[in-house]
Amino acid sequence: MVEATGLSKVVRLANGTPGANELVILQDISLEVMPGEAVAIVGASGSGKSTLLGLLAGLDTPSSGAVRLDGSDLFSLDEDGRAALRARLLGFVFQSFQLLPALNALENVMLPLELAGKADASDQAREMLKRVGLAERLRHYPKTLSGGEQQRVALARAFVTRPKLLLADEPTGNLDAATGAAVIDLMFELNAEGGTTLLLVTHDDAIASRCARKVRLVAGRIDGEAGP
Amino acid sequence: MLRLALRMLLRDWRAGELRVLALGLVLAAGSVASVAFFADRVRQALTREAHQVLGADVLLSADHEWSSEFRDAAAVPGLRRAESASFVSMARTGDEALLASVKAVTPGYPLRGALRTAPDLNSPDAVADGVPDAGSVWLDERMMAALKARPGDSMELGRARFRVAAVLTLEPDRGVSFMNFAPRVMMRSDDLPATGLVQPQSRISYQLLVAGESQAIQRFEQWARTRLGRGERIDSLENARPEVRAGLDRAQSFLGLAAMLSVILSAVAVALGARRYTERHLDGYAVMRCMGAAQSQLFALFAWEFLLLGLLASLAGCALGFLVQNVVAWSLASLIPGTLPQPGSAPLAQGTATGLVLLLGFALPPLLRLQGVPAQRVIRRDIDGPRRGAFAVYVVGLAAAFALLRWQAGEPKLAAVVFGGFVASFAIFAALAYVTLRLVGRLGRVGGGVSWRYGLASLLRRPRSNAVQIVAIAVGLTAVLLLTLIRADLLEAWRRRLPPDAPDRFLVNIQPEQRGALAEFFRRNGVKQPQTFPMVRARLVSVNGRPVSAQDYSDERAKRQVEREFNLTYLSELPPDNRIAEGAWFGGKDLQSGAFSVEHWVAERLGIRLGDRLEFLAAGRSFAAPVTSVRKLEWDSMRPNFFFIATPSLVEGFPASYVASFHSPPGDARLTLRLSQAFPNLTVVDVGVVLRQVQTVMNQLIAAVQLVFVFALAAGVLVLYAALLATQDERTHEAAVMRALGASRRQVLSAQRAEFAVLGAIAGALGSLGATAIGWALATRVFELEFVWNGWIWLAGPALGLACVVLNAWAGARAALGRPPMVALREGV
Repeated sequence: MVEATGLSKVVRLANGTPGANELVILQDISLEVMPGEAVAIVGASGSGKSTLLGLLAGLDTPSSGAVRLDGSDLFSLDEDGRAALRARLLGFVFQSFQLLPALNALENVMLPLELAGKADASDQAREMLKRVGLAERLRHYPKTLSGGEQQRVALARAFVTRPKLLLADEPTGNLDAATGAAVIDLMFELNAEGGTTLLLVTHDDAIASRCARKVRLVAGRIDGEAGP
Repeated sequence: MLRLALRMLLRDWRAGELRVLALGLVLAAGSVASVAFFADRVRQALTREAHQVLGADVLLSADHEWSSEFRDAAAVPGLRRAESASFVSMARTGDEALLASVKAVTPGYPLRGALRTAPDLNSPDAVADGVPDAGSVWLDERMMAALKARPGDSMELGRARFRVAAVLTLEPDRGVSFMNFAPRVMMRSDDLPATGLVQPQSRISYQLLVAGESQAIQRFEQWARTRLGRGERIDSLENARPEVRAGLDRAQSFLGLAAMLSVILSAVAVALGARRYTERHLDGYAVMRCMGAAQSQLFALFAWEFLLLGLLASLAGCALGFLVQNVVAWSLASLIPGTLPQPGSAPLAQGTATGLVLLLGFALPPLLRLQGVPAQRVIRRDIDGPRRGAFAVYVVGLAAAFALLRWQAGEPKLAAVVFGGFVASFAIFAALAYVTLRLVGRLGRVGGGVSWRYGLASLLRRPRSNAVQIVAIAVGLTAVLLLTLIRADLLEAWRRRLPPDAPDRFLVNIQPEQRGALAEFFRRNGVKQPQTFPMVRARLVSVNGRPVSAQDYSDERAKRQVEREFNLTYLSELPPDNRIAEGAWFGGKDLQSGAFSVEHWVAERLGIRLGDRLEFLAAGRSFAAPVTSVRKLEWDSMRPNFFFIATPSLVEGFPASYVASFHSPPGDARLTLRLSQAFPNLTVVDVGVVLRQVQTVMNQLIAAVQLVFVFALAAGVLVLYAALLATQDERTHEAAVMRALGASRRQVLSAQRAEFAVLGAIAGALGSLGATAIGWALATRVFELEFVWNGWIWLAGPALGLACVVLNAWAGARAALGRPPMVALREGV
């Protein structure tokens, strides 16, 4: 499903001569995720987890290396080509939810379908919100929802397009433990229902251990992999 | 895509994201449309007014009777016609005889406007029923007084005898031309042959009056123009009633100013609104990129959303403008006789274009920022897109805005002063705000409590966004102050031009030796001594040595003017209400060697330029001198105005009479009569009716102008609101951080208060500065009115500025403190 080979990300600092003032964020990452697999990327803050996720989703470009998503070479495409690929394959869940404040819960979930030009966006979104237990909150704006509810809306939005791959960036980072656990439960349920491949970035070992595989990043390198 | 854009528009609207933007557009389009609608109608009113002056829609004059070809052409369906013949003849009653200006009219005359008559002198008048009956005449007041005639008396005209039936009090097509000195006798044209006055050699002017539907009239006029023969002409409407026109022009300028202010302010509001919209949508944009939307798709989505917004808001603005314009027209109903045809659709286009240009020029640059937002932002929110091309688009926007203003104002000067004033204000405000912020920040660290220091520190932490806010608030305040204090001063100065005791009578033909006796008469009757002007009647014979003849001019009025004598005056001081447009007023050398000053209309019409040598002929002697200045006159001043002014040395020796204007005291209706009995040779021209009309026009126009100013005021308030909203998100977040760090409510509030107090005071002072500067420029450079220094503005500006920010701080703090810090923090910036 996802195949990364030799991914590196190097940022040149201001006015730096090459080599001297470079900051290596990721170095030589190779990683393969099979369809239906659930993989957790763990590591301390600043270890490069989020950058890796961004690269795997094609949101950012690497200094070197390649990513194949469902067989397509991500970086041989241009930005719009990658966007089209994302539209077809990916779902996202973010640490800070990233719901659009001007849209209510239903509209937030409808948005990816609408952007893809789907006709029955409203029905599908309703169905999905019902599935995450928010059937009563369709017309609520994000700011009137609790953190857990907002993340459930975000989950509904991520799964409503039936993505092949779900990328989750610290999905419980802004939630208390109990709420976070409920959201994680829901995410795994949806994942199982849809047969979705899951790539999860977290620093929480408890959450990571629910994934079939754990990839640990230390200072931009893969430090080790562990099965369940 | 369009459907989705519409949906997004509705969603953003419902969420309140577009309010400032939309309101800005509505106000801009609304003010432009209302002024355009109004201007449209005023033009129509003016035309109608002018038609009254002609007594018809089209007036044809000839020195011979009109042929049946013309008469038949005017007799088609959709047109009405009437005829009149005017000539000068002696009228007699008993022992009295007087040269009268006789007008013989056919039934139906006048086709536009109405005659008014009274049963006797000094009795109330009413709209006349038709024209004089066969065998009877109507005499004007001067004729009645001079002939000592009473209704029922008989009067001889030529070989016929008539009965005096009524006093003619108003003849709409007579005007106040000094050429119509002879008093009026009005009769029926059927009676004309009986007088025997119509001879082949008699100088009679024949008029064919035509009125009707505008299309039929246009067809007729076009047809007639091609067939005019020798001695035949069509009288144009241009220059009809210059005194009313001057007022309308001034009102148009004021209205243009109001619309321009609204446009500029709305532009600021739109820019601020778009900026806030962009800030709030950066994340959403990045999220949609994550969802796989292509750049082009998203740009199209936003572009459509804004285009729809622009169209809808502009149309709403136009509707509002139409409404306001109706109120204005309604308030001017007594000024505009009859019902006006509805205004055309051009103002609609004008308003919509305004809205779209503003949107393009001022909302596009922030929107372009959206396009550069990297999708990465959803993960690392400190990443921002490059700000490319925004400056170029702003420049385009500014240029478009200026073009808009130029179009709106109709006169480049007004547009330049207002636009330049605001652009300069922006730059100066920004520089001053930045410097003051730094200064205050440095001084503020010396003393004061924690909150005070923290507040001032945060001023400095964001010098750029704070400077932007100060500039925006200052601009808003400039507008509000300009539209309240300065506007009142300007309108007052306008009103003062025509005080209640403005002259309403002209005295012509005062002989030099009568001046002492006349002064004595005025003193006895308690009338303020009028200024008298010497008047020499002279013909213009040559310009630069080239003889002047009527054939040199194609313009009918110019032809007539050079065929007649001009009234020259001589003065060494420039009279009030005259302004030098070119050259300089008589200096010591001019006064010695002789010089002329020419009024600019007549100079234009006769093709006279500065430095041309004019030769006049008076009483058989000629005199010549160069033109050293061109003057512009205030036609609404109601004082004697002269086309040509000579230096005293040049014409002092020529026989002169004097002319004066005075204000007749109310309640002394017989003063004029006593005056003409005491000085029978004097001609008293009563312009009271005209004066009252001009005063009414002016007051109504001022009322209308005030109404339209409300738009600009609303736009100013909107700018203030948008400016305060601009940093609200940031402040809310900051307050939450402070709270989270353990600051008390009181500390947060007083820190914000300190910050806002400085912000408001700076903005207020800048606003006062801006309003005063622009007000001064407008008064002296554009409206040619006296500028009144207003001290209040320096108090009002800072006070308003403080009030605004305190209000905002209170609202913002409530928003920030009303929720747990966690919620505010989680929502992010």
